[in-house]
Amino acid sequence: MVFGSFTPEAFAFGFFTILTLGGAYGVAMNTNLVRGAVWLIVSLFGVAGFLALLSAGFLAAVQVLVYIGAIGILFTFAVMLTRSMTNVNQRFNQQWWISLLVSALLFILLIVGVIIPVWGNQSPADMSPTIANTTDLGVALVTGGGFVLPFEVASLLLTAAIIGAILIAREDEE
Amino acid sequence: MVPMWMFLAVAAGLFCIGAYVVLARRNAIAILMGVELMLSAAIVNLVTFWRFETPLVMNGQVFAAFIFVIAAAEAAVGLAIIISVYRTRRSVAVEDVDLLKW
Repeated sequence: MVFGSFTPEAFAFGFFTILTLGGAYGVAMNTNLVRGAVWLIVSLFGVAGFLALLSAGFLAAVQVLVYIGAIGILFTFAVMLTRSMTNVNQRFNQQWWISLLVSALLFILLIVGVIIPVWGNQSPADMSPTIANTTDLGVALVTGGGFVLPFEVASLLLTAAIIGAILIAREDEE
Repeated sequence: MVPMWMFLAVAAGLFCIGAYVVLARRNAIAILMGVELMLSAAIVNLVTFWRFETPLVMNGQVFAAFIFVIAAAEAAVGLAIIISVYRTRRSVAVEDVDLLKW
């Protein structure tokens, strides 16, 4: 991208990039996990912005509702309920430098193996102006030829997860 | 419109930071946060490929929607397990959870 054509879209992309990667950095480096939960919410908000930029409006809304609304609150609750570890000096284990090395190598591998091959492959003008919308997503989820079976299995999985979470976290009254 | 490789690059960075959090942090809740970051990077990748490669077929978006479901279930059960472990061990550091170690 050349800076001569600095569109509002490019500006929004940069803004969401800062939110996403900055929030992720905050999750990695915080000493207080309550702050870590807030950084996680910042990062996930950036991801919601990316989904909106990619014209997946429904998924962006679900990202805000499910991730920021539900999972953010869930993490905050879990941090509050396990209070003893919210403020510790030793954040990382002894192998943190190996982890750093592995993560950096993985990033380089992804850049070289995946991103360099698609570099400049797709000029922005090639992008299809007609795209499927939320109605098509809903139709694909409930038609027999589409994804109705995985959809039902997913709802079953959610029910099982809710019951399992209640059972595991419940205090034994004996 | 922003080109495809920029979305992929940001998703790769997000995934690698999440992987570092999972590998290096001691607190189990922080590790789950790292898993959420990695799942978000996967969602960004799926929707990017959907938008740039097959914008008329819904498979990419449907797959991303299922990742939302999996992430919600994983967070609920994972945090319930961590709270349960904290109740018995008074700690959420992963090296203290060694009951199944020989």
